[in-house]
Amino acid sequence: MILPLDIILIVFTVICAIAAIQIKDLLSAVIILGAFSFFMCLLYAQMGAVDVAFTEACVGAGVGTVFFIAAVNKTKRRAKD
Amino acid sequence: MFEYIVSKFNYWAYICLMMIGLYAMIVKGNLVKKLIGMNIFQVSIILFYVSVGAKSGGATVPILTAEDIHHAHAHVLANPLQYMNPLPHVLMLTAIVVGIATTGVALAIIIMIYNRYKTLEEDEILVIRKESGV
Repeated sequence: MILPLDIILIVFTVICAIAAIQIKDLLSAVIILGAFSFFMCLLYAQMGAVDVAFTEACVGAGVGTVFFIAAVNKTKRRAKD
Repeated sequence: MFEYIVSKFNYWAYICLMMIGLYAMIVKGNLVKKLIGMNIFQVSIILFYVSVGAKSGGATVPILTAEDIHHAHAHVLANPLQYMNPLPHVLMLTAIVVGIATTGVALAIIIMIYNRYKTLEEDEILVIRKESGV
């Protein structure tokens, strides 16, 4: 574990989480959620959990983002809040 | 005391992320935003479990290399200080897959709600339901 890298990654994840729930454009919010998942995957790899990291990268960030984008395309893109 | 608090910074991040997800699930009116909050909540719990299993000081996953097998002092391999706990990792692999399955079901329900009410905002859906007398 490298301490400065860990702290930078954690700050980025928190920033991405806040941005994902505050942005009114749903497609942008979903893409930022994918970036959040990738930062979290880097954090797992940093802590030595390599198996969790690559499962999060392909299932959490990849398939999850595709599901979200498909659902947003079938419904409305604008959110009120 | 300050050192002790800073050394547990993963847990502070886990609490922050969990509360951000809970806030999104309760306060946001849009259904997709609620689902994004649920995703953040799940990922924060996975972060907590992986942090429990992590160990500083050069510990790795328990893998035997070819050199280790032919090592004269094989008893050093039994030293548990060199290995971190793999049990939380295995549990969290299942949790990630279950999380993506629940997200898929929730998105299917959201699409059906949109087809019926033509909106994704919670307050508008409640008004339509009250007007139609359901």
